[in-house]
Parts: sequence; C-alpha cells; structure tokens
Amino acid sequence: MDIIVCVKRVPDVAEAEVDIDSSGRGIQLGTLGYVINEWDNFAVEAAVSLVEEHGGKVTAITVGGEDDEDVLRRALAMGADEALCLTDPAFDGSDSFGIANILSKAIADIPYDLVLTGAVSGDVGGGRVGPMLAAMAGIPHVCLATELSVDAGTARVRHEVEGGLERVVELDLPALVTVQTGMNEPRYVSVLGIRKARRKPLTAAGAAEIGIAPDSVGPAGTRVTVEEMFLPPKGEAAEILQGDDEDTVAALVERLRQQGGV
Amino acid sequence: MRKILVLVEHSGGVVDDSAYELAAAARNLGEAGGDVSVGGVVLGNDVTDLAAGLGAWFENVYVFDSPRLQVPDGVAGAELLAGLIEQEQPFATLIPHTNTGMDLAPALAVRAGSPLFADCIALETTPDGLSGVRTRYGGKVHARISATGDGGFMATMRPGSFDTGEAPGSDGALHTMEVPGDLAPQRRFVETVAPEPGAVDISQAEVLVAVGRGIDEEEHLEIIRSLADVMGADIACTRPVVDKGWLSKSYQIGTSGVSVKPKVYIAIGISGSYQHIGGIKGAPYIAAINKDPAAPIFGVADVGIVGDLFDIVPLLEQQIREVKGVG
Repeated sequence: MDIIVCVKRVPDVAEAEVDIDSSGRGIQLGTLGYVINEWDNFAVEAAVSLVEEHGGKVTAITVGGEDDEDVLRRALAMGADEALCLTDPAFDGSDSFGIANILSKAIADIPYDLVLTGAVSGDVGGGRVGPMLAAMAGIPHVCLATELSVDAGTARVRHEVEGGLERVVELDLPALVTVQTGMNEPRYVSVLGIRKARRKPLTAAGAAEIGIAPDSVGPAGTRVTVEEMFLPPKGEAAEILQGDDEDTVAALVERLRQQGGV
Repeated sequence: MRKILVLVEHSGGVVDDSAYELAAAARNLGEAGGDVSVGGVVLGNDVTDLAAGLGAWFENVYVFDSPRLQVPDGVAGAELLAGLIEQEQPFATLIPHTNTGMDLAPALAVRAGSPLFADCIALETTPDGLSGVRTRYGGKVHARISATGDGGFMATMRPGSFDTGEAPGSDGALHTMEVPGDLAPQRRFVETVAPEPGAVDISQAEVLVAVGRGIDEEEHLEIIRSLADVMGADIACTRPVVDKGWLSKSYQIGTSGVSVKPKVYIAIGISGSYQHIGGIKGAPYIAAINKDPAAPIFGVADVGIVGDLFDIVPLLEQQIREVKGVG
C-alpha cells in the first residue's frame, strides 16, 4: 500500500492583518509565519496511519523552493518514509493547472495505490489541484473526504455533499482522495522529531528530471492570471464599538436589547 | 450570439437557488451590448420533468437523465459536459462552487482544456476574454483574475454572490441528451449519511451564540454555554470546533453543516469563512467579537467588538445578568 501525499506550505494569516505588496498582485509576506496547509496536515496523518495499518510506504511531495522543504521535513517527522521537493525556477508562478501538471508528471514515475491531497489550501483555496491531478493521472477521485479506509484494492470514502449530508462511496485503487479537516487527529510533531527525520531521504527534482517542458508551467503555462489583489471593500462593514471593554460591552448589550436578543 | 452553459444543481427533485443565480450571471456575459443564449444542463436520474420546468430561465435546457447518474459523480459528469461543450462551443461554462461543483469542475477543465476560474464572487467579460473576482487568504484579500481567448472558459461561482433577478421568460427548448452506454461511474454508492441529531435543533433557534476557533480549549466552551444560558439562547459553532470533537456536527453552522435563520446571531472568535456565512439564512442581526480587526466576520456583521473574547464574554454575561435582573 504505497501512498503519495501532496503538501504545501502557506503563510499563516489566521490572526494577521494582511496588506497588499508593492506588485499589487500578492500580499506582504514579511512578518508572516508559515505553516503546513491545515487540510494537508490531515492528509499526512491519514496517509501515515493507513500505512501503519496496511504496511507500505508514504511519499510526501511539494512544489516549491528550499524553504518549502519545511513541510516535507514535518511530514517525514509524522511518519512519511520519503519526500520529494519539486523545485525549478520554471515552476515559479504556476497556477493550479500548472501545479497539478507538475505533480502529475512527478507521480508518473512513482508506484502508488493512493494519492491524498488537502481538499483546499488556506491561501488560494480553489480546491482545484487535487481533482485536476486525478484527471491528468487518469485515476478516479473523491473530494472532501471525512473518513477513509482501504481494503483489498478498494477505498471506502465518506465525503461531504450538499445540505449537511455525507455520502459513502467505494472506488477501485489507484485513486485520489482530497481530505477535509477533522478526518483524524494529526499527531504532534516535536522539534526533536523533525531533527530525527533529517535522516530520512528528501530528494529534489526539477523540470528535466520529471520530464516536463519548462514553457508548459510557470507564467508561460498559466491559464488564469492574477491581475491585482485588493482589500475587501469596507462599504457595509460592521459598526465597531469604541471605548474600553465596559463601554463596548454596554453598547453591545443595548443593541442586543433593541434587536430582541436580550 | 454568445452561448453560456450553466450546470443546474438539484437535490431531492428541487432545483438549487444557485441555478437561477448562475443563469442571471450568465446573461451579463454577452459581448458589449450583445445578447447571450443561456443553456441549462441537468444531470441526474428521473430529472426530465425538473429540467422541463426550467424553460423560463434558459433558452435551451440539456438533460442527461439516466439511472447511472443517480449519485453525482464528478468524473462521469465531467465526461458528459465535455461532450456538450465540444458540441455547443460555449463562451463560458458556469458551475456552482458547491461540494458537488468542486468535485466536477476541475476534472472538466482538464478534459476540456479550459481555464478554470474558481469560487468567483463576480464575473464579467473583457474585450479579450473574461475577468472575475474571488477571495483569497480566508476572505482577507480579494483577487481580480483574468484569462484571454475567444471562449471555452469555465468558472465555479460562489452560491449567494449573484442576484437572481426575474426569470427572463424564455421559452426554452428541452434537449434530451444521450448518456453513452459505456459511461460507467467510477464510484460505487454505499449510503447517504445524515449527521446525528443534536440535543437541540439549531435550525429553528431565534437567538444563537456561536463560537469558533478562537475558543482555543474545550473547557473554555463553558463561558459560551453560560452566556447562552443567561440569554436564553442556543449555542452553535463553526467547523474547527467540530473538527476538534468539542461539539457534534449538529451544532455546526455552514454550507457543510446546518443552515440557520435566527433573529440575532452572536459570533464569538469566528473569522467568518464564506462556508460558515453560507449557513446563515434570512437577515439576522449579527454581532461579532474577535481579536482580529481584519477578520472577515466584521464585513458581514452589524456590530462588532475588537477584543479578547476571554475578557469580553464574561463581561457581556455579567452585564446581561444586571439588565435582566438575574443573579
């Protein structure tokens, strides 16, 4: 049971004020910390625990530069066996289609039964790379999985559909499943664990190694371009109550009274 | 005349509102001053009557009706839509950005070789193609995205972001499409599962005190319960609280949880993702408490306090007790 898990490092904007950078097409990353994409963390846990149960190997893959190897070391510390960093100047600026294309070429050379990705990413958040990768690799996929088990060449997946419902389906392996948060409890990763994981193999591969034409990825291969980024219009934003806590709470209680909430 | 295709989502024999929203959005995609012809596409089992009822919204309705399409399958749907796109050569294909749409659209974009705009909250034509707006970084930033070309674009559209308007009153023609005999969905359906019912039905609650990721620890839920008790309100939560196992799924408000329609809604430590906001129906009075002034929840709330919930919530409970004259 060999599993490929695709991971991504993202800026942690959860409690940060975000500003637009001087290019107007991105955000200022200067003071932001980086984390593994939240959904990917659940995907790594799923991959590692499936291999613990069934045997086999987990390979963690990311597309990025040297700094992005952090998330691979983290995946190795969680129990992945090998890691692959797809890195090439030609890859910079790829859109979702480009990233899926790079990944599809890379996994073509690796034996696998299952590919796992996060359902979406915290930065871009379109949820496209996983199902695009499946389509390019010619394998079936299911999105937004909340439970996943494997038995004799078949994956059984519970996944979110509409109206708060979930559906259980089975599909033949090899297949790709995108993982929703909450599927499991991702194990804790210690600094010591990451240090120990340095003994595990982490290799890098570029466009030539995976056999992809440099002009089919990066800006040249981009199908959808970001023209500009801007902060959301503040037009109908909330009235922010001013003063110390006693004052703001008193003002809130008054408004809740008027609205019938108290 | 430009053709636009719209994937019609439906469940339980009822057309989803997104179909009308996308039909209306499609009408804005003509060339400068030009008309458009909007086609609705219905996939499913026993859906021909449903499709026939859509004529007022679409010039053409294409229905793929087969027992093999009983359970939505993004890969099978993409195969059928790719064939229709090949035949009709639309300027753009619009798909709702729902769980089902997100399952299908990327596979279709690969098959059809289309640029895919994901999760659009606005979409318009440009002299050389298409331009859209979407959110990034959990809603803290908006991005204007574009692609150039003569057609073949694809976009998933966020439900609730486009006005439905009035049906244009078209007299749409119904086209019964063949489902190829070798179309074999790759998923085997096992069962549909509803979340286990909670102690209360929050979908009917008039006042909700909802808590999100900011609560940090399970034991901190106590201050939320305590506030809700004194208000006579029900508690609810966002996805991260359910992911941690601190409350059951029946308390989760959102597009993948429960839809609610309270009169008053207090959002505590909730950033305000669109998946969460999408579960709040009607027009409740929304109060938000969050330490992050840039949290998107303040963009949809009526009133907000920027502050630490662990300071604000106990104070709020105390002041409400005083107002109500209870201990």
